[in-house]
Amino acid sequence: MSAFNAIDTDREVEQDEFTPEIEPQATWCPGCGDFGVLKALKGAATELGLDPEEILLVTGIGCSGKLSSYFESYGFHSIHGRSLPVARAAKLANPELTVLAAGGDGDGYGIGGNHFMHTARENHDMTYIVFNNEIFGLTKGQTSPTSPKGHKSKTQPQGSAKDPLRPLSMSLSAGASYVARTAAVNPNQAKEILVEAIQHDGFSHVDFLTQCPTWNKDAKQYVPYIDIQQNDEYDFDVTERREAAEAMYETESALWEGKVLTGRYYQEDGRRTYHEEKMQQDSMPESPIAGQYFDDNHEWKRSYDLLDAHR
Amino acid sequence: MTGNELIWRIAGGSGDGIDSTSQNFTKALMRAGLHVFTHRHYPSRIRGGHTYVEVRAREEPVQSRGDGYNFLLSLGDSFARNPQDDAYYGTEEVKPLTENLDDLNEGGIIVYDSGLLDEEDLPEDFDERAEANDWHVYPLDLRSIAKEHGREVMRNTAGVGATAALLGIDLRYFKELMAESMPEDVYETNVDVLEDAHERVAEMDHDHDVSVPTGDHETEQVLLSASNAIAYGALDEGCRFIAGYPMTPWTEVFTLMSQHLPEFGGVAEQVEDEIAAASLALGASHAGVKAMSGSSGGGFALMSEPLGLAEITETPVVLVEAARAGPSTGMPTKPEQGDLEHVLYTSQGDSNRVVFAPGNVAEAYEQTRKAFELAYGYHIPAIVMYDQKLSGELRNVDADFFDREPNPDPGATLTEDELSEAAHHASGKFQRYQHDTPAGASPRSIPGQRGGRFLASGNEHTPEGHISEDPGNRVAQMNRRMEKLDSIEQELAESASHQSHHGDEDATYGIMTFGSQQGTVEEAVDQLRADGHDVKSLGVSDLMPLATEEIEAFLESVDECLVVEMNASAQFKGLVQRELGRFGPTMSSLLKYNGNPFEPAEIVEGFEATINGTEFERSTARFQPAAGD
Repeated sequence: MSAFNAIDTDREVEQDEFTPEIEPQATWCPGCGDFGVLKALKGAATELGLDPEEILLVTGIGCSGKLSSYFESYGFHSIHGRSLPVARAAKLANPELTVLAAGGDGDGYGIGGNHFMHTARENHDMTYIVFNNEIFGLTKGQTSPTSPKGHKSKTQPQGSAKDPLRPLSMSLSAGASYVARTAAVNPNQAKEILVEAIQHDGFSHVDFLTQCPTWNKDAKQYVPYIDIQQNDEYDFDVTERREAAEAMYETESALWEGKVLTGRYYQEDGRRTYHEEKMQQDSMPESPIAGQYFDDNHEWKRSYDLLDAHR
Repeated sequence: MTGNELIWRIAGGSGDGIDSTSQNFTKALMRAGLHVFTHRHYPSRIRGGHTYVEVRAREEPVQSRGDGYNFLLSLGDSFARNPQDDAYYGTEEVKPLTENLDDLNEGGIIVYDSGLLDEEDLPEDFDERAEANDWHVYPLDLRSIAKEHGREVMRNTAGVGATAALLGIDLRYFKELMAESMPEDVYETNVDVLEDAHERVAEMDHDHDVSVPTGDHETEQVLLSASNAIAYGALDEGCRFIAGYPMTPWTEVFTLMSQHLPEFGGVAEQVEDEIAAASLALGASHAGVKAMSGSSGGGFALMSEPLGLAEITETPVVLVEAARAGPSTGMPTKPEQGDLEHVLYTSQGDSNRVVFAPGNVAEAYEQTRKAFELAYGYHIPAIVMYDQKLSGELRNVDADFFDREPNPDPGATLTEDELSEAAHHASGKFQRYQHDTPAGASPRSIPGQRGGRFLASGNEHTPEGHISEDPGNRVAQMNRRMEKLDSIEQELAESASHQSHHGDEDATYGIMTFGSQQGTVEEAVDQLRADGHDVKSLGVSDLMPLATEEIEAFLESVDECLVVEMNASAQFKGLVQRELGRFGPTMSSLLKYNGNPFEPAEIVEGFEATINGTEFERSTARFQPAAGD
């Protein structure tokens, strides 16, 4: 019998189960895009029939980091920029868990940028949601890595002299095997994309445009938006890396001009996930390591068996 | 020194096989029944630079390098030559010989490769010094012997053959070791080289007094370093996850674990940086696996924030800090104990962790096991601190010492059955962080378990894990977390002491140290006692919680105490004074931070300065008198 019986249960899961019965009062402002992420995630988890206790949601710091407070599951509210290393190790410890990570654009593309690149490269079977509001919200409106050039804030009084970072292009270059952009104002698409992202075998990255009505007033509510899969002008093959790269480039540039493009950009199927790669080369056991500690019949090797090299 | 001990030094360039040759030589002496100890000196370069390993062997156990040495095998030139065009760089090839002469004791032996050095390459005063010090010099064309039978790289084997002839060591130990590690054709060629060199030297006239003592082990011995011991302790505690980033000297433990974990059913991860490495260890631990990480100075600095996260989320983890000389990049391959305060206090907020600094191979194993036991029993990070002095010391240990049961117990962790009975919040969340628990640790659940969901948060949190700034909750959670250290202190006091006491219990004078310098201090105590001094020593391992009772009793029992540590600001002495609030006038300091570990003679002189007020004249270390002296 498994020690982790919340995993792969057949029971019907209701969307309400992902809402804490006694909900902590949300610290998000009225009209905040973060509510859209929470709702889309609850919808996606329900549609996928996931049990709240087979999910580990690891978050970073910022308004986005509070997602683990308002979404009922196992949660780990970690430190700024470090949700990915915590999350991917949990996946290695127990590949049967559904592992989600979430944070903001400062968290994921700024302070945690190094982890983002390497987690994408390793293609861990997990989903990373980046709340992209093009600003630092919780610290009251400073310029972020995705703020447009010229964006003025208290820490950039003359306006940002930097070109903003291209999150989709970076993700593709780094090695993510599923890349999408959605927006809080487009709840149906957001839910569908999260369903696909969680189902995807490999590292899926969802850049989630979340409007910040308090600190990014001069920016848009991300309307009107265009779903590139629904629009004839944008015809490209999401399984073709070069075509995806071009579409991403156009999408990122368009956003700076106020044109909101969303949808699926890249999907690579058939590539082994990281734990599958490790198993393939015999550097990771087939059954979850976490299970060994609850298995009375597990045979524990000991260092005494290694002493021949020292005799 | 004749008859009762051998201190053999093999010198050459990094990349000349000095390490592997010395390791086999040490094993041969161990198999011949002797107690052995190695001291490794190496530069921070892949190839080139001057390196040596010293092997000390005698009938009784050895815990330290000695003062000087009595046999030099000078070889190697890989650092002196440009491999592209065989050009030699100046006079570099003579350095394995000349740079080692200062420490060679009177009556010592020198074997050098005359195939590399002609007599005119030797320094002008060489003959004069040899005569004045009664050195016995045996030039031997090692590379010709090697080339005659095989390849030039086998000159190390020729050097070992020459050593065996001069010291009367039975060649069979070397042959056995070579047979175990070499394919047959390579083995046969090496035996030819070994025997030829042996024969040629045996035919020379010998007039030296250096010989190899005899010994006999009652039980089977194994040869290993503290890095092996830390890795083995971790494996035996059921550690099945490591994440790291290469950095000297931490890389040793990381490498060993990475080699063994797959066959032990675990996972090793080399990742993008040390912030990630420590965070991965936390992630694995949170998901139910016993996990570790570690680094050296600068890399450990990057782990500060995840370390604090482990403290507040009560995620068990073991970290290794392999200290080296700082600040910043400092001296990468040189040992120092200047990271003590860094390891004790780094990360924001009140420090809440266990720190052990083992003093030898056996302690490194025991204390790594204890670190895991406490980390998982109390949900607290535990750090094992050591340095390149200990990682470079190979010592023989009873093989039986490792004949232990593994401990796969995940500590204070509930099963699903236990979770169904456990306290839950009205929201259905498990109360992972209860305010009042008897031993300090509130038992945890593991993601995937039915009935165990909770939120782990780096923010202060309620029993079920929600972020909270409520003053009452804050104080309750802080108190419970901090009280773990009291429980641990008590548990440590009730189990076998990690501290090492040496010398006569009633002695008037004391020498105190922590961690890696313990063996050298004990050697110095032996020498001082042999000279009639009334002295004992205390080597402290438990730094957090500090072994205050044992330290206090030790300091109360002596008139004066010399505190020996490898840093410039007397961090350990400062820690003791702060924790005990007295003993300022009792403790003087001997501080060394030139990159080389203490030699016993320095401690002997420091002790004399302490009790006699004599001048401490060496430039390699600094003596600081006690307050008021």
